[in-house]
Amino acid sequence: MTLTQQMITILMVVIGTMMTRFLPFLLFPAGKPTPKYIQYLGKVLPSAVFGLLVVYCLKDVSVLNGSHGVPELIAIALVVGLHYWKRQMLLSIAGGTICYMLLIQLVF
Amino acid sequence: MVRNKHLTEKTIQKTGRSEFQVLKRDSKYLRALKAAFPHTIPIFAGFWFLGLTYGIYMNVSGFSFWYPMLMSLVIFAGSVEFVAVNMLLGAFNPIQALAMTLMINARHLFYGISMLDTYKGTGWKKFYLIFGMCDESFSINYTAEVPEDVDKGWFMFFVTLLNHFYWFFGATLGGIFGSLIHFNTEGLEFVMTAMFVVIFMEQWFKDHTHTSALLGLGLSALCLTAFGADHFIIPAMIAILGVLTLLRKPIEKGGGTA
Repeated sequence: MTLTQQMITILMVVIGTMMTRFLPFLLFPAGKPTPKYIQYLGKVLPSAVFGLLVVYCLKDVSVLNGSHGVPELIAIALVVGLHYWKRQMLLSIAGGTICYMLLIQLVF
Repeated sequence: MVRNKHLTEKTIQKTGRSEFQVLKRDSKYLRALKAAFPHTIPIFAGFWFLGLTYGIYMNVSGFSFWYPMLMSLVIFAGSVEFVAVNMLLGAFNPIQALAMTLMINARHLFYGISMLDTYKGTGWKKFYLIFGMCDESFSINYTAEVPEDVDKGWFMFFVTLLNHFYWFFGATLGGIFGSLIHFNTEGLEFVMTAMFVVIFMEQWFKDHTHTSALLGLGLSALCLTAFGADHFIIPAMIAILGVLTLLRKPIEKGGGTA
């Protein structure tokens, strides 16, 4: 690829990313009333999206091979437990991450 | 002291605004930055690491550090930047590059729909807030409870800016020192998973009904099993949208989620 072709490829990725981010704001501008259906989606989507993001993070974990997702399961259980107990965001995240690192570096 | 007082009075006469007001105006930004920073600490760990990995990946793929540096600045969407490395190494195909980017980043459409109200009235910052709306910026800006004495617009601006900076910083460092770094960071990427689990739980505590949260988890897991890791996001989005549309009446009756 020439430098110009590389620039065009990168530009395409920029345009694609910006389209997905700006489109809802262009379709439903702040000045006009947003349709009720879109308002409803705006309210219920985030909870579903956070679920999607959790699954997205775990998409490459294989239950059938390797460590069978056991270190992930243990670490997530610890995150949930810590967060349920203390509700300290940083503590839950750090605890889970350190646990996971120890598990895959030393145990699995 | 007297001189200072004199000066202050002079300033008031000149600008019509007291030193106190100026101080208060300045600390508005500082207060927002101070409130935003703790929320971004996990992202700092995650982006520093992922950005570094991305920079190293670009480095070993034969690109100079200018590439990860500029790309992390103008794209700011982690997963697609990794894929972009392959696009740059392959044959020139701009339409395919655009189509793939749209597919990978389609979930951002959902973020936009959820942020229509939240980003309202943030002035010129709105452009940057939308530009920098990656998974992590969206999640924090949507769920964080901003203290009352902190300007929400500036809070969200700093969350986005700090995240953007961490990513840029990691990618650039990786691009420069890529081949020199040797220490065992295996498993550090889990910080992102842990963060999304915590954010999921925070949203769960806020919700009156958990239909939507459970649908998100269940339908995504189902689509992951059916379509595989590389192709499950679009079907999962369609499934979530479809089922939430079908369940609109009962969910709205149940008081919604917010």
